[in-house]
Amino acid sequence: MSVLELDTPTGARVVDLSTSSVRELNAALHALKADTNATRWQVLNPRGRHALAAGIDAPVTVEIDGHAGYYCAGMNKLATVIVNGNAGVGVAENIMSGLVHVKGDASQSAGATGCGGLIIIDGNASARCGISMKGVDIVVKGSVGHMSAFMAQAGALVVLGDAGEALGDSLYEAKLFVRGSVASLGADCIEKGLRDEHRALLASKLEAAGILGEVDIGEFRRYGSGRTLYHFHVDNVSSY
Amino acid sequence: MNDITNTPRKPPQTLPRASATFDEYTLSEIRRAAATGIYDIRGGGAKRKVPHFDDLLFLGASISRYPLEGYREKCSTEVVLGTRFARKPIELKIPVTIAGMSFGSLSANAKEALGRGASAMGTSTTTGDGGMTNEERGHSSKLVYQYLPSRYGMNPDDLRRADAIEVVVGQGAKPGGGGMLLGQKITERVASMRTLPAGIDQRSACRHPDWTGPDDLEIKIEELREITDWEKPIYVKVGAARPYYDTALAVKSGADVVVVDGMQGGTAATQEVFIENVGIPTLAAVRQAVKALQELGMHRKVQLIVSGGIRNGADVAKALALGADAVAIGTAALVALGDNDPHYAAEYEALGTRAGAYDDWHEGRDPAGITTQDPALMARLDPVAAGRRLANYLAVLTLEAQTIARACGKSHVHNLEPEDLVALTIEAAAMAQVPLAGTDWIPGKNGTF
Repeated sequence: MSVLELDTPTGARVVDLSTSSVRELNAALHALKADTNATRWQVLNPRGRHALAAGIDAPVTVEIDGHAGYYCAGMNKLATVIVNGNAGVGVAENIMSGLVHVKGDASQSAGATGCGGLIIIDGNASARCGISMKGVDIVVKGSVGHMSAFMAQAGALVVLGDAGEALGDSLYEAKLFVRGSVASLGADCIEKGLRDEHRALLASKLEAAGILGEVDIGEFRRYGSGRTLYHFHVDNVSSY
Repeated sequence: MNDITNTPRKPPQTLPRASATFDEYTLSEIRRAAATGIYDIRGGGAKRKVPHFDDLLFLGASISRYPLEGYREKCSTEVVLGTRFARKPIELKIPVTIAGMSFGSLSANAKEALGRGASAMGTSTTTGDGGMTNEERGHSSKLVYQYLPSRYGMNPDDLRRADAIEVVVGQGAKPGGGGMLLGQKITERVASMRTLPAGIDQRSACRHPDWTGPDDLEIKIEELREITDWEKPIYVKVGAARPYYDTALAVKSGADVVVVDGMQGGTAATQEVFIENVGIPTLAAVRQAVKALQELGMHRKVQLIVSGGIRNGADVAKALALGADAVAIGTAALVALGDNDPHYAAEYEALGTRAGAYDDWHEGRDPAGITTQDPALMARLDPVAAGRRLANYLAVLTLEAQTIARACGKSHVHNLEPEDLVALTIEAAAMAQVPLAGTDWIPGKNGTF
């Protein structure tokens, strides 16, 4: 099989990683122009390989049929990357825009330092989901592990399930919504009221994730920064 | 005759004696700490005296070695970085590069000046926490983009605009430590680049958020290579603490270039107690890093950049002789631009310090307009003139290293070797693994004098 084969019925470009390399896949994706006609891609036999579909900068859809390793769709721009399986550490790391959709579970640091775009995780995400997020929106249909949204600066983390310990530790301006239980809040993370503007914001994130109406917005609780640690002060020393 | 025994007089008194332990600086720091309840934060590198390149001497050629003629015979200085994996290695004309210093910590004019000076001499500059500015990219012919734990301003477009990528694991002034850029320097532009509100303290993380060890680092480097199509050299920078192991693990992780930054390396703002008490001197780090490369069979295949307290061509030559491929300068580059210049003596005094000792860079009130975001202060620094000063300084560093190399009989500065060196102290001899001057004794290596 060649590196890239056109699947005539679907119109998708098919890359089979049992015969092609990740380098060949990424090189082909990086060569795409903004006005490319090759807008649909299918990746077969990913078998947990790392850096799949990393660094895309074109409005295309890449569907990965199986499990992905570390840093799948890293620094994505414009593209829609769908993982029909689980994703390893750092999925959509530093995503800039576009959509990354994990149909299974995600490992640690999902969406770490993400600057924009949307990440949807149908299953659970492990520890440090949304760590240092800088504008990305992350919707997790399951639960997230401990230290999620640690030092998160901007964007929204929406969790339909539960959150582990130290949620939002050292949080800046990111907005957190959790429907289930929260094991504990991290330093300077506090529960805040869910006013109309927050309901609207949450609704927009659920709508973007395609699940608006499937869950009751009133069941969510909102968390954000207490902003008491924004300036170093000795009176806060127990929080450092 | 006077009877002195009957003359009333005060008994002799001993002179007031300052404690060597509780010296004036220590006393002032205790008083400051008691008054404020916060540790001292400052910029710059370690100020305490530690074994340094000053403790080494070159053995110029005599009969056993044959010198080259100064001003006549060529002594090359070019260095190529990233020959291991990168499709586009960096070619520098001189073995001196500019270390990473962030926009935010430095003014835009200062970043532009660094770019102008380095480009004039055919060498590279390096970004820092805060991302890449157009001023810097526009004026740096070769620019290394730092991939830092904070990931402030990180984006793939800038990765692709860079000539190399430096994965920063640590910094010589603070191995294992993060940073704290205080709110007074966080202008709207700096805040915007970091996705944080203006005016608040900005913490730079001490560790990367999405990897936890060398195995993860290897996969992270693979990701960065994939995103940039294996074009860019990947540097890994560590603060010198365990340079033998850190170098070995960086090589194992796939680094093209290892950067080892000794404790004299600078910082924008960190705890004084950290700067002075964590990490090891640059001199002690070089040979450990080289040893790791040699044992792996990777010396000269994975290039080594050494930084931390490099001041003159002798320091450059000594670092190269000990096995480095290039050096990086930070503090010295800022001084070349005009930092701590006596021209602003009165203003430094008004800040409670003096020219040459000013290190409260985090306060944003730098009279020289270099470590500030204040528009009025920034405007004092002419990036063209400052860039020229830096180029001159880089030229002098290079000329000095060349003249020493020629005296040792070398037609390329990389041909300098440990056998060209002796040490003035036992400590330096042990750290650099060169003989104590006048002997063939290398502490820990052989037992003869």
